[in-house]
Amino acid sequence: MKLLIESPEFILVLIFGSYLFGQWVFKKTRVAILHPLIISIAIIILFLNITKMDYETFQRGGQFVSFLLGPSVVALGYILYQQMSYLKGNVVSILTSIFVGSVTGIVSVILLAKITGADDALVMTLEPKSVTTAIAMNISAQSGGIPSLTAVIVLFCGIFGGIIGPFVLRILGIKSSIAKGLAMGASAHSVGTVKAMEMGVIEGAISGLAIGLMGVMTALLIPFIHQIIS
Amino acid sequence: MVKGIFIILLFYFIGECVSYLIKGFIPGSIIGMMLLFLALYLKIINPDSVDSTANAITKNMAIFFIPSGAGLMTSFGVLSKFWASIIITCSISTILVIAVVGIVQQQMEKGRSK
Repeated sequence: MKLLIESPEFILVLIFGSYLFGQWVFKKTRVAILHPLIISIAIIILFLNITKMDYETFQRGGQFVSFLLGPSVVALGYILYQQMSYLKGNVVSILTSIFVGSVTGIVSVILLAKITGADDALVMTLEPKSVTTAIAMNISAQSGGIPSLTAVIVLFCGIFGGIIGPFVLRILGIKSSIAKGLAMGASAHSVGTVKAMEMGVIEGAISGLAIGLMGVMTALLIPFIHQIIS
Repeated sequence: MVKGIFIILLFYFIGECVSYLIKGFIPGSIIGMMLLFLALYLKIINPDSVDSTANAITKNMAIFFIPSGAGLMTSFGVLSKFWASIIITCSISTILVIAVVGIVQQQMEKGRSK
């Protein structure tokens, strides 16, 4: 029995099954915090605790799924290419906004985390928080953070940004469709994009573009900002 | 589909090679993404050849985070110790990013139309 539960086949069934279940719960409830990813991760952690299976054993099956994270980041290059048409005529302003937003995100995280007593590993874990999960986990792993914690933090920021974003934009009097979409995608990645799509077609598309640009920009900037600040 | 898988894996590998050469300064997958984008932009690669593969794996990307997310169980210690720091940092920084990006973009659009 133990042998069967620890087989990669069963672990893969568990991963996909728990996600399908999470999607079903999310569709039924529409509660932002009951994101399929959160439900799935909770089920698996609960399962591993009950069966006393350690994480290394779980990864014998999990690694096949984790591996696909890399190729999916590469594939984002194609998605970014598809959204290129929205860049036309706004290249300078969009790149400038994303650059300033990325720097603001990284520097504010470093300062706030240090003020609130975080250690170095946690600062590295938090830095890519505004970036889409796949890229954020890569950056976190590369710089010495805890990738799994980064994944959860990114999800939290996405949900938080998705809820608070429309209010912040309204208070600041942001009316430009491009500005709204860009702000949602840059701060709250795919969760923000879902909200941006509710605002309008241009907002949604620009938000998708912002996810890719923010990911690349932040990956490029973090090593430099590190060298300057430390 | 097979061609698409090949192209994406090839760019992933090239990205890893470049990342190795620059001592991991930027993750290989991100370099691969930028190179794929460039290759498409410069028309070295036909977008149709990667379309179905790229759409299939990016649409269901969330599943690929699950195993690493479950790794959270190994960092419960950090989480219980620093939860306040994490929530404060993320909330304030997220609001700052929304505000800055929105303001800069809107101001630059206004500046241009004048």
